[in-house]
Amino acid sequence: MRNERPGGSNLRQRALRVVGKNVLRHEGFGKLTGRARYVADLDVPGAWWGVTVRAPHARARLLEIRRDPSFEWGGAVVVTADDLARFGRTNIVALIGEDQPFLVAGLAEHPEEAVALVAAPTREAAERAAAHLEARYEELPSELDFERATTTFKKYEIHKGKLVRAFPLAHHIVTGTYRSGHQEQAYIENNGVVAFPPDPARGGIREVRGSMQCPFYIVAALARLFGEPRERMRVVQSTTGGGFGGKEEFPSMIAGHAALLAEACGRPVRMLYDRAEDMAATTKRHPARVTHRTALDRQGRILGMEIDVLLDGGAYSTLSPVVLSRAVLHAAGPYACDNLRITGRVVKTNTPPNGAFRGFGVPQVAFALERHLDRVAAHIGIDPVELRRRNLLEDGGTTATGQAVSDAGASRQALDAVLARSKWAATKRAHAAWNRKNTGKRRGLGLACYFHGTGFTGNGEIELASVAAVELLARGFVRVRTSSTEIGQGTRTVFAQIVAETLGLPYERVETFDPDTALVPDSGPTVASRTVAIVGRIVADAARALDRALAAQAGRKPGEPWAAREFERVGAAYLAAGGDPFFCARFSNPSRQEFDDVRYVGDAYAAYAWAATVVEVEVDLASFEVSVRRVTSAQEIGRAIHPRLAEGQLEGGLAQALGWGLFEEVVMRGGRMANGQLTNYVLPTAIDIPTIDLVLLERPYQHGPFGAKGIGELPMDGGAPAAVNAIADALAIDLDRIPATPERIALAWGAKAAAETSA
Amino acid sequence: MRGDSSTFEVVRPRGLAEALAELADPDRPMPLAGGTDLFVLLNDGRAPARRYLDLTLLDELRGIESSSAGLRLGARTTYTDLRHSRAILRRAPILAEMAATIGAVAIQNRGTLGGSLGNASPASDPAPVLLALDATVELARREGRRVERRTLALSDFFTGYRATAARANELVTAVSIPASSLSGWRYAYRKVGARRAQAISKVVAAVGVSDPARSDRPRHPAAARIAFGSVAATTVRAGAAEGVLAGRRLDPAAAAEARAALVAHDIRPIDDLRSSADYRTLVAGRILVTLLADLGGFSAADLLAG
Amino acid sequence: MRLRLEVNGRRRSADVPPMKRLLDVLREDFALTGTKEGCGEGECGACAVLVDGALVNSCLVAACQAAGTKIRTVEGLADGNAGATGLHPIQQAFWERGGAQCGICTPGMLMAAAALLATNAKPTEFEIREALAGNLCRCTGYVKIVEAVAAAARAKPSQRRTGRDAG
Repeated sequence: MRNERPGGSNLRQRALRVVGKNVLRHEGFGKLTGRARYVADLDVPGAWWGVTVRAPHARARLLEIRRDPSFEWGGAVVVTADDLARFGRTNIVALIGEDQPFLVAGLAEHPEEAVALVAAPTREAAERAAAHLEARYEELPSELDFERATTTFKKYEIHKGKLVRAFPLAHHIVTGTYRSGHQEQAYIENNGVVAFPPDPARGGIREVRGSMQCPFYIVAALARLFGEPRERMRVVQSTTGGGFGGKEEFPSMIAGHAALLAEACGRPVRMLYDRAEDMAATTKRHPARVTHRTALDRQGRILGMEIDVLLDGGAYSTLSPVVLSRAVLHAAGPYACDNLRITGRVVKTNTPPNGAFRGFGVPQVAFALERHLDRVAAHIGIDPVELRRRNLLEDGGTTATGQAVSDAGASRQALDAVLARSKWAATKRAHAAWNRKNTGKRRGLGLACYFHGTGFTGNGEIELASVAAVELLARGFVRVRTSSTEIGQGTRTVFAQIVAETLGLPYERVETFDPDTALVPDSGPTVASRTVAIVGRIVADAARALDRALAAQAGRKPGEPWAAREFERVGAAYLAAGGDPFFCARFSNPSRQEFDDVRYVGDAYAAYAWAATVVEVEVDLASFEVSVRRVTSAQEIGRAIHPRLAEGQLEGGLAQALGWGLFEEVVMRGGRMANGQLTNYVLPTAIDIPTIDLVLLERPYQHGPFGAKGIGELPMDGGAPAAVNAIADALAIDLDRIPATPERIALAWGAKAAAETSA
Repeated sequence: MRGDSSTFEVVRPRGLAEALAELADPDRPMPLAGGTDLFVLLNDGRAPARRYLDLTLLDELRGIESSSAGLRLGARTTYTDLRHSRAILRRAPILAEMAATIGAVAIQNRGTLGGSLGNASPASDPAPVLLALDATVELARREGRRVERRTLALSDFFTGYRATAARANELVTAVSIPASSLSGWRYAYRKVGARRAQAISKVVAAVGVSDPARSDRPRHPAAARIAFGSVAATTVRAGAAEGVLAGRRLDPAAAAEARAALVAHDIRPIDDLRSSADYRTLVAGRILVTLLADLGGFSAADLLAG
Repeated sequence: MRLRLEVNGRRRSADVPPMKRLLDVLREDFALTGTKEGCGEGECGACAVLVDGALVNSCLVAACQAAGTKIRTVEGLADGNAGATGLHPIQQAFWERGGAQCGICTPGMLMAAAALLATNAKPTEFEIREALAGNLCRCTGYVKIVEAVAAAARAKPSQRRTGRDAG
């Protein structure tokens, strides 16, 4: 369903020829034939293997690392924090807080923290050598419970209106506390890199290849580590088997480790985590506790909201401040509320650092809010749909930071669309009748409404000032040069479509490649639902610069589609005349976004995408197993550049959300993930998830390429609360924690039965 | 893979006698069939042995024989074999139903009945079904030049957590189901895992009830056989629950009593990574009720309401 | 041991430790890196290949157990069964319908789908989902994979489908 056509100043009025079409993917062929080279597939002659020795305790002082004198050390190299100090390396992983070391120096702050690195000609030899390193520790008291933790990494407060006026006027005040656990990204390709030693023949260039989302993050981290200019670091993405945020900041760590070992042994070094190491040592979604206190009038209109968000940051701050920022900015949801106070805090625990994961703080607050609204509806006795309808934003309504959003009414369109497509009312009636038959199973329906801001928060995009380029090639071809990575979402395909459409060229005339920082400008990281909407716009701007140059060469008006042959002829003439083949564009803040990042007031995001999701479940009363019968979702995404790829993002995100809501539980013992195997960490399989029925809504974003908004994270935000609301509906129970495993559902059922007996 | 595969040795006998001779040696290798459990350990660097006895070439351990005596399933019978065997589908479809709940296709193609029994995991899915079918295990060993075989009731086979009555020099060669279990009995099976495929059971159960027509009193089964997995150190027969049902009409009242007996006497679940003791206790009782309801033709809904 | 077997229709041999995983033999000794390792515990199916036509997880198979068998990997999937683009109908359907995103589960998924369609030419949606249930995908939510397998099943008899946009 596409209900609107693009409009606005930067959008072409002519019919689109490439954008909006399901062209064959650029990245398709190699992945289907086994020819695509992931990092583990790279043939690197002479490469050694690197392994990591990790701390066993939640918190401890590292006293000594002793090499077994009876072991033959000649065939291995070892790197410790002492070596970094000795060679003048900076033992800090460059990011926001600058508190995390590459290797433990003194204090080990979490289990699985890297203590020493070992490389040897084979993996077996490296493992053997590592087993002969003996690290001694003095165990120290640790903090594992984030709800009791006292060390704060970051705090935020958002104020709007006057909360003290709202609550005295309230007809209803409803409170609730909602908790969610870790989630493992569980990309099927684990983290891994190959690092090469500095090459004197090339001015001491250090090269790293591997699985990653953000090549220039690694450049910055290596430059900091080695105290050398960024230009000396070359980072090349290999085909990457999924990221979901898990390859945003962590690759800087493993790349630094491998680069240190490569320098130490003078050879390329491969570090490929296996599943157990990846699950144990790398980042996960932040556990959260969110409390709500909501004031409503007699009709169920929200008068005031008081929301507190607490996140478990793990042992180092890493990206936690920005995860918390996005969490508090989305905590009030797509609802109109004139009086609110949102407070947020992320604290330190002695567990591996939590980090980026699709949604970036929003799934936690969306779960809390959407579950809370169902509880509010039950409390005041109105229909949950009606409660949301009375409070969703209208076009031009203001968010928590007072940002007036011209298309905020899309949240209502999404709600209407999903109710119609899921036949909400009729299904409700059918469920009531079915449940009365008392078959040993119960059916329920749940809803969630949510939104997600496109791109970096606040002034982030202005500060990033990302650059993208297109290059005019011989024979009428154009090549896109960006650092945005293809990690499954179809980056290269979509950029090729944007350039082809901008120039009016056939899609086949545009070439793309996986980023190599020696060959591409810094387009910023591949995160924050920014690749298409933000970087894609810059790519289009670069293509327009090319168009203007060639139009001038040909003496014609810019902005008109090129015939391929004419483009080839004019391009050849331009290049023959010595014209520069590279056309760069820089982020220009097209939406005139303004944000006060001290008071947290203003335009938090350039644009928002909106969604509503309905999940239908059947719960078995014998086992409390949940069967998801149907998922229906309406997602307003501005414009689908490649509808099939867009659907793939939305379906995949919803599946991850259902996994988080129903199945995926990280069991922590002593600060360590105890179920770090795919046998015991339960990802949904093909028979655990039904077909997902999508309604794509398109209200073009004026400043996105051809109207596109960011969509990568949106679907992750609302699937879990919709599913949990459905379970609560089916069994008439209250659930305030995810994952809603059968164990938790059974407890809630037992509590209800006990209450009914005593009543 | 953690560890070094070049440090392992494999013996690949071509016949049973040769295989058993290897097991007769005090420095005996560990049997390896489908590898679906062993390689999980090897990949994790937790090799249980350095020498392995690969059974791949032992065709004597393959095959499903159907006769008037019952069914004899070679130890190397895979779950895929069970799902597609006509004899199984006709005479013991509960085994095919169980096999479909193991892992997924690739695991069903490799995993074997003998491997599962030899491992004696308390979470085994075939074990409760075979217990309900009153199966026997055939064990073979080498005595000098002779191959000696003995047969054990499966209920005597599991002796403790991952421990069996098989001696170190014995190999599981077959599982047999007596004809008496294959007619005049009806069976029901239920696995509760964390997801619908690729799941290790949190609770698994099989129930058999004998045909009431063979009982003295119409509609009253003469006997019931109930077995549970993942609720104790071994797969267990639920003797107390069976006792409640013996000779009793299968109705909601009997089911409720059987559930109470099961929970009080037959199972001792624990908390582990996959579930909790409380959940297992609750759900073991509730699935027993549903299985009895299926077999007895009554509704379990009222028993599940609380 | 001297391992002899047939891989994608070619006789191959290698000197390998008998307990080396078939997965490592394929990747290291025969340089067939299309078969992936995702978990090393038989859970994810990224390493799935066909051994004598049966789907197996190659991380759970000892090299010695593969002696004398016929192996098919993703690299040989299209052999003798390729359309105009050089792809097997299942690969073609995955390409056209978005069945592959990051691609790391794709080789195993394709082999599982091939195993299914070899024995069941017209699978139902549930049969497709059950056949793929041993292959974890974190990108797609399985929707487009299931659609692609269904489309390949429909296209199979004619095998005339070419690479043009199916959208």
